[in-house]
Amino acid sequence: MAAEAPFDGVRARKVIERWRTTPGAALPMLHDLQHEFGYIDGAAIPLVAEALNISKAEALGVISFYPDFRRAAFEGRVLKLCRAESCQAMGCEGLVAHLKAQHGVAPDEPAPNAGLRVETVYCLGNCALSPAALLDGEPIGRLDRVRLDAIVASAKDCAT
Amino acid sequence: MARVFVPADSSALSVGADTVAAALTAEARRRGIDLSIVRTGSRGLFWLEPLVETDGADGRMGYGPIAPQDAASLLDAGFLTGGPHPKALGRVDDIPFLARQQRLVFARCGVTDPQSLEDYRRHGGLKGLERALGLSPDAIVDEIVASGLRGRGGAGFPTGIKWGAVRNAEADQKYVVCNADEGDSGTFADRMLMEGDPFLVIEGMAIAALAVGAAKGYVYIRSEYPHAFDVFSRAVERARAAGLLGGQVLGSAHAFDLEPRLGAGSYICGEETSMLESLEGKRGLVRAKPPLPALSGLFGKPTVINNMLSLASVPWILEHGAKAYAEYGVGRSLGSQPFQIAGNVRFGGLVELAFGPTIRELVEGFGGGTRSGRPIRAVQVGGPLGAYFPQKLLDTPLEYESMTRMKGMLGHGGIVVFDDTVDLARQARFAFAFCARESCGKCTPCRLGSTRGVETVDKIMSGDERQKNIELLRDLCEVMTDGSLCALGGLTPLPVLSALDHFPEDFVPAPRRAAAE
Repeated sequence: MAAEAPFDGVRARKVIERWRTTPGAALPMLHDLQHEFGYIDGAAIPLVAEALNISKAEALGVISFYPDFRRAAFEGRVLKLCRAESCQAMGCEGLVAHLKAQHGVAPDEPAPNAGLRVETVYCLGNCALSPAALLDGEPIGRLDRVRLDAIVASAKDCAT
Repeated sequence: MARVFVPADSSALSVGADTVAAALTAEARRRGIDLSIVRTGSRGLFWLEPLVETDGADGRMGYGPIAPQDAASLLDAGFLTGGPHPKALGRVDDIPFLARQQRLVFARCGVTDPQSLEDYRRHGGLKGLERALGLSPDAIVDEIVASGLRGRGGAGFPTGIKWGAVRNAEADQKYVVCNADEGDSGTFADRMLMEGDPFLVIEGMAIAALAVGAAKGYVYIRSEYPHAFDVFSRAVERARAAGLLGGQVLGSAHAFDLEPRLGAGSYICGEETSMLESLEGKRGLVRAKPPLPALSGLFGKPTVINNMLSLASVPWILEHGAKAYAEYGVGRSLGSQPFQIAGNVRFGGLVELAFGPTIRELVEGFGGGTRSGRPIRAVQVGGPLGAYFPQKLLDTPLEYESMTRMKGMLGHGGIVVFDDTVDLARQARFAFAFCARESCGKCTPCRLGSTRGVETVDKIMSGDERQKNIELLRDLCEVMTDGSLCALGGLTPLPVLSALDHFPEDFVPAPRRAAAE
């Protein structure tokens, strides 16, 4: 997902304010912030901490615990590729090897200029149609090399 | 107006259900046909998706798998009234994969419009809650105890006993938490329900709330299910608008409302105490027990925390009675279990049956063997913490006690098939690596043991003091089983030891293996 906009403290405060009275609001608050800006900016941490009445270290601790929360902006498409057992049984590791060999893209590693970020996930609940992936939130079943090549190509077009 | 049913379930969408719906709409408009497209959940026959249905003279008629370019030929064939077509499947209820099931929980999934409370009611919904509203809380708890319902998340603890403990706890506030953090590979039943029959989950939670005296509930849904989260959240809003949730549940004196919460990519948050921490806005660190969540759970208050499939079984039990439910199943595994067949299998999908079928009946009888056409070599039952079963143990019955006897577990009912290209040493290594990645880090056996496990498998595979390291691996598994705080570290040895015990030939360094062949 592309970063929606540069970080802006006023807008961040507005997002955070929505959750101030909700008990245990850290996760929905952080999801909302990430939805607004595409990532959780360092400057948001004191604001989150103040709203939740926790220390900045605790706020950072929560953010860093959950794989979903990104600390830096990323422009381009996100392919969440399932690498759990059901998809292993249907050859997802072959797809990973293909991505690396053909396109120089490795999961969870930066791929400059690819316009695509491939993230490892473990299970998308589409196990009867493995290998499975989510492309910017849209489900893909029976993923194969042809489809992967098309995704990489379309991401590159967007990036350039 | 002619109706066409097209699933909007994530799996169906993943193979093009939206484009099929759009193509049918466009083609019908071109021909001046008035068409109503109803978006349903999935029947769970995923190799047939997108599976499109119409109203025939004698029930719903199925066509699948449908591609957008089939729209014209389907209309030519008169499929709106069940006409013949090369992709016609006949009456959907007669498709053997479906006809042989015992669908109690999934009876409506794929049939009804998941956003229509009227449709839900028309197909038998809310009868369980209506009966519960006329019962005392103790009578509801007794009914669940008598049904024999056990936790469908994997632990198999009697649901009624849990409810009784929360019922008897004194507190100003109590909670019902539904665990929809369905993280096990090979499972998708919760997702299907949220997308296909969300009011069933809401009804089950409302009954639980009545029984224990809770006014507030949470549903913790994993972020890998963005579509399910949206569908379920919309259903909650509709339930609130219709008075199923809110200050007066179905016009009664009981108040109950619930909030769907989105997880953030952490597998461990499916562990119940870690989930409570996450709901409180903290890192998902596992809590030591006691205190039990039933007495001191969410925000320190008595909390019922149940798997979604347990809660979804409750309306049927209240409607038909505990005795009728307990007539399904075997031994101490009563009622029905939604099994999920996945991995390298021809006919993957959801199979709800009374407890007790064998693994073979599922993977061969329903699944039709591997998709690759090669022989089945291993079947993992119960997710990433479940055991790998070899061919010779595929006649093990799928019920709690038999699985435990075979050093496995039923887990959430996921069954993943592997053909003969699988390398079980690699799967054992993955089990440790997965545990290392997902460990919350609170207890040492899991935090360190998982990484030592990866290293030890690597040593075995490189031929470094192989025998000694196999012994070390077994020792490590014992420490993790006995010393871990929760099921992640405690059950990671199940896949590892089953691989080692049943497939020792895979734990031989590659050059030696090649020489032996």
